Amino acid sequence: MSILVLAEHNNAELNPATLNAVAAAAEIGGDIHVLVAGEGCSAVADAAAKVAGVSKVLCADGAEYANGVAENMIPVIMSVVDGYSHLMAAATTYGKNILPGVAALKDVAQISDIIRVDDAGTFQRPIYAGNALATVKSDEALKVITVRTTSFEPAAAEGGSAAVEAVGATGDAGKTSFDKSELSSSDRPELTSAKIVISGGRGMQDGSNFAMLEKVADKLNAAVGASRAAVDAGFVPNDYQVGQTGKVVAPDLYVAVGISGAIQHLAGMKDSKVIVAINKDEEAPIFQVADYGLVDDLFDAVPAMDSELG
Amino acid sequence: MKILVPVKRVIDYNVKVRVKADQSGVELANVKMAMNPFDEIAVEQAIRLKEAGTATEVVAVSIGPDQSQETIRTALAMGADRGIHVPASHDTEPLAIAKILKALVEKEEPGLVILGKQAIDDDSNQTGQMLSALLGWPQATFASGVEIAGDALKVIREVDGGLEHITSKMPAVITVDLRLNEPRYASLPNIMKAKKKPLDQVALDDLGVDATPRLSVVKVEEPPAREAGITVGSVGELVDKLKNEAKVI
Repeated sequence: MSILVLAEHNNAELNPATLNAVAAAAEIGGDIHVLVAGEGCSAVADAAAKVAGVSKVLCADGAEYANGVAENMIPVIMSVVDGYSHLMAAATTYGKNILPGVAALKDVAQISDIIRVDDAGTFQRPIYAGNALATVKSDEALKVITVRTTSFEPAAAEGGSAAVEAVGATGDAGKTSFDKSELSSSDRPELTSAKIVISGGRGMQDGSNFAMLEKVADKLNAAVGASRAAVDAGFVPNDYQVGQTGKVVAPDLYVAVGISGAIQHLAGMKDSKVIVAINKDEEAPIFQVADYGLVDDLFDAVPAMDSELG
Repeated sequence: MKILVPVKRVIDYNVKVRVKADQSGVELANVKMAMNPFDEIAVEQAIRLKEAGTATEVVAVSIGPDQSQETIRTALAMGADRGIHVPASHDTEPLAIAKILKALVEKEEPGLVILGKQAIDDDSNQTGQMLSALLGWPQATFASGVEIAGDALKVIREVDGGLEHITSKMPAVITVDLRLNEPRYASLPNIMKAKKKPLDQVALDDLGVDATPRLSVVKVEEPPAREAGITVGSVGELVDKLKNEAKVI
């Protein structure tokens, strides 16, 4: 059995989500190879080679891979995937965009967003936004799998010494060109990797009030998130969104401020280790999943928390 | 230009799903069903392109049991021109759906296929990407902005770190994200009119697609419940508990 893991990266650094995908691969067992396709991405290949458990890195270097355009990534994966029993990637927008096309061209089913490995062909995955968990079995010759990163502790970034092997580039498919990216820049940790997340909901009333949360977040080295209601109301951009339709997070501490706790929001945060809810409505469903609930007006509680934290 | 919009009938997003006692799946009997919310956004986008004069016809497709025709009627009431129903099991997997859609695309020859990025029942997020790979068409996934100039399709994509701007050639497959638009409600006159719009049935066999499932469901279960927490009386008590009891700050 050998497993090919698609590396996610920005040509300079390996995205840590890849380490979670490698960890899921390690639970299946067998040789783990990592494919790095990018432009001038040798540093990424070297980083992948150091990941514990990885025995080989395949590196395809070409301008057509610079921005991870799916139509260009799929051919290079197709060129190396024969012989592998599993193809895996993190269930990020990057992995979700690329892997299904490979599955279709190989005429096999994809298993999305696995949260548990039972054996080499049996996996658990959430359905209905995590309101039910399905255990599915695949007998496909190639199992194409995306991995929910928060469900697998990352593989160690150091400790491996895999060989890096060059793979021939497959050229530009000429279907889609990448124009530009608008990545949110912030000094705070990334939502999906932060140890502490503070999210605001519709109760924040206005985007400018998120400044209160940011002050507390900075004291705790926390990321700031939001519910879909807050995003829909235009308070904050969509990349803040935690929930079924946004990001899935599982930090050590999740603080939900002015969030009622719609099913779709709970789906994105209910695996957090400790959940705090601050809401003036004591009937709010968020209190049913909270370890610590505070029934209070957030405009009193958040500033008080800020001063309490010194 | 014709636009094909696949729509899926799913449990209404406001309904709390219940797992069947025998763990074979979730309870669908006597549960309120509706169009997948992401597909509503796809229908809305297609209609807007028609209203802008970019598209000439919007064809709504649903693959599933007979009741899927209700979902097609919803799309017709919103403004789609005609419907195609392919009778199939509710549990048809994304790969088979993509193959069925490919066969329909070859018949209908649309310039665009616009569909939701995922269905809120199986949360697979696969069909659009699979379809574009099978067709050899460009794919513009997770779209929050769509603009067409000639045969250039400019799409803004929602990615984990923010937004991405891409330009694809047409024909293409677009999968839509939440912020693309706000779907309209169908008015009563339009719901009445939709009943008279053409809705054809196409059999799986006529499309030459084998929809046999590739995966088997071992079991479906409820997620583990969280233990009930406590209510704290003040911010001071909260911070103290987080520091000394939970030890997370």
